Amino acid sequence: MSDHEYTPSSKFGKWFNDRLPLLSLASHLTDYPTPKNLNYWWTFGGILTFCLITQIVTGLTLAMHYIAHADMAFESVEHIMRDVNYGWLIRYIHANGASMFFLAVYIHIFRSLFYGSYKSPREIIWIIGIIIYLLMMAAAFMGYVLPWGQMSFWGATVITNLFSAIPLVGEGIVTWLWGGYSVDNPTLTRFFTLHYLIPFLILGLVVLHIWALHVPGNNNPVGIDVKKPSKDTVPFHPYIVIKDTFALLMFMIVFAFFVFYTPNILGHADNYIEANPLVTPAHIVPEWYLLPFYAILRSVPDKLLGVIAMLSAILILAALPWLDTSKIRSAVFRPLYKQFYWILVADVLILGYVGAMPAEGLYLLVARVATAYYFLHFLVILPVLGLKEKTLPIPLSITEPILGGTANLATARNKESSIK
Amino acid sequence: MSEKKTNRRDFLFTATYAVGAVGVGATVWPMIDQMNPDASVKALASTEVDVSSVNRGKTITVLWRGKPVFIRRRTEDEIADARSVKLEDLKDPEKDEDRAKNPEWLVMLGVCTHLGCVPLNDKGDYNGWFCPCHGSHYDTSGRIRKGPAPTNMEVPKYEFVNANTIKIG
Amino acid sequence: MKNFLRILSLVIVFLAAPLNSYAAEKVEYLKTDWSFKGLFGKFDRGALQRGYQVYTEVCASCHSMKYLSYRNLAEKGGPEFTEQQAKAIAASFDVSDGPNADGEMFTRPGKLSDKFVMPYENVKAAQAANGGAYPPDMSVLVKARGGGVDYIYSLLQGYEDPPVGINLEEGVHYNKYMYGNKIKMSNPLSDGLIEYSDGTSATVEQMSKDVTTFLMWTAEPHLETRHQMGFKAIVYLIILTILVYFSMKRIWSRVETKV
Repeated sequence: MSDHEYTPSSKFGKWFNDRLPLLSLASHLTDYPTPKNLNYWWTFGGILTFCLITQIVTGLTLAMHYIAHADMAFESVEHIMRDVNYGWLIRYIHANGASMFFLAVYIHIFRSLFYGSYKSPREIIWIIGIIIYLLMMAAAFMGYVLPWGQMSFWGATVITNLFSAIPLVGEGIVTWLWGGYSVDNPTLTRFFTLHYLIPFLILGLVVLHIWALHVPGNNNPVGIDVKKPSKDTVPFHPYIVIKDTFALLMFMIVFAFFVFYTPNILGHADNYIEANPLVTPAHIVPEWYLLPFYAILRSVPDKLLGVIAMLSAILILAALPWLDTSKIRSAVFRPLYKQFYWILVADVLILGYVGAMPAEGLYLLVARVATAYYFLHFLVILPVLGLKEKTLPIPLSITEPILGGTANLATARNKESSIK
Repeated sequence: MSEKKTNRRDFLFTATYAVGAVGVGATVWPMIDQMNPDASVKALASTEVDVSSVNRGKTITVLWRGKPVFIRRRTEDEIADARSVKLEDLKDPEKDEDRAKNPEWLVMLGVCTHLGCVPLNDKGDYNGWFCPCHGSHYDTSGRIRKGPAPTNMEVPKYEFVNANTIKIG
Repeated sequence: MKNFLRILSLVIVFLAAPLNSYAAEKVEYLKTDWSFKGLFGKFDRGALQRGYQVYTEVCASCHSMKYLSYRNLAEKGGPEFTEQQAKAIAASFDVSDGPNADGEMFTRPGKLSDKFVMPYENVKAAQAANGGAYPPDMSVLVKARGGGVDYIYSLLQGYEDPPVGINLEEGVHYNKYMYGNKIKMSNPLSDGLIEYSDGTSATVEQMSKDVTTFLMWTAEPHLETRHQMGFKAIVYLIILTILVYFSMKRIWSRVETKV
């Protein structure tokens, strides 16, 4: 952060900046040297910031009208939908916003996997990211409970019961989580409290995530270290700001389509039935973004091991910087890894698909194979591949790709386009 | 860069900023408007009160839009008192005839115009109302006579639906 | 950019695939033209008013509609009864209110601000009167069923004699669109059951369509506003995206990198 000194031009600015260097910070953020070859997969960081702010703002306004009480929660949501000015709009933005948030975060994570952004020296950025992702899942789950529909109630029952798999203390923990002998009003009020808290924890972690990013600077599609600032970089403002804005607007068009034309397609019809502790819905399905992990949970026939498998599937990601032994970051120069990468993408999509299906017959078999492959990828393929794989030659700079390199390299196009 | 090119660029950026600002405004409005009274609150904007059981010299207090409304059936003395006051003696000059169309009935918001407390009935130096919070005295027409309150107690929009029923709002 | 869009759309298609399978019912529902579908979809006012008539004269004796108020009937985007009509409708119901000055509950004619009067005091009373089955509240019924309007529309016309081999208990009826085919509600509609005030012929099909339209409105009272606002929002976003795109091109023309 101290690679250039900033001195405000005005006297007051200097006085203020000496006491609280906000102007230095702003100057750092605007001038931040960014590799100029970043492609559109890199715009999702900005999009995610937008998602977080949208969720916080709409969430705050919804909280002004929502009543966290088992007898009134469902009714208060209907009140928001019917009577509150623009209440329907705010709620649909919030509900679909959660899905859009996860869509963006998955793209963000898989971008990192493809270009090796988790590797040294960016391990801390990656681990903070995984913590953010875990907190997002917690926030989304508890948020889904708040309307107090059938899926809310039974989703809460099923997920909290996962803790009963812990030997000896499991039952005690579940009762403690519930604040009673079943999911009920005490559970709802504490979930509301935590649902309100977590986004601000995420916000704090996002600041750390960006801070940690600004120490080594961005990775890039070529995956080599870039000298900063240099002819390989552009200042964050206006170059990256305008590009992120463009990508964000495209994202918002998709978002708007969901909100205005199919606001309930990502939800489940049963959640428009008020919670009833006496009747369980025919199929309990989590929201789409949790389906791959749900599939892993169900593919293990033992209760405790299933829970462990599901948790490991997420936590294994935190060890990824050390599991991947390859020194090369970008998959562009790792032909074998690239293939395994796409197999992993397919594997996760398959897990998501079978997670939505009943856990029986062929679906269960596929889920088990896909689960096994998921762990195989991280625990066996990645460590071995890094040692055995023959990688392609790496360019010395992102503006001077070596001849005979890969054809679809982003950098290879730079020369052609510069003639324009 | 030629001058013409610069102008075109400026226009493009200005247009982008302007269109973007419109969108930000349109997005912010719902977040602000959601705090305004909602449709169910607005629907309760009027209330009807049966006053047939109120005797002379008595006041009933009813709730309207979350605030107390005083409905007083005044005695002849109180009416005479209220109507005999000279306008120049009043802090907020207003004729009693304008405040109580039907002299027998005084309908007003039971909210002190100083800082919103509820004044007490049949109290104070003018036999009307007295606000315990900061000592404002109101007369039998609900007009401010002494103390910090700046104006008379407000008369809401109301009408007699029939001889026994008042509709407020 | 092209590559990016191709991969992105592929991923979205993949993600969308399991969504369709959520409504795993394999039954083919009856189809009809819904005026409220599509980018500019609006409700058919006539259908909404007739649907309200079907609801009050047929459904309301068992099914509550607890999140609606009589004022909604006169609101924009709904059946749009005049305020006078809505007041008359409200006044035709007895609403329990109180306690009065003597501490007693009393009944009075309904007002616009009152919620729809419920046929039963509570769920238990509803179950007791209906052989143990609770007639679900209809306010958001359309959104609470996987098949949505098509499901409700089909269900109302799906009563048949049970196929050979299926024995029905007392008070259970056969419906080919019901999940499990067994339904406790007896066939509610028959041709000419009610007399439409606008002279429309009250066939079962007509009544099913009208009441389903009405239920769509009760579940999504702001549907028309949503469609109108959505169109404006998306057109606006496209215009801004184009402007930003050209601004971006111009800014990036200063460096030799394609965006």
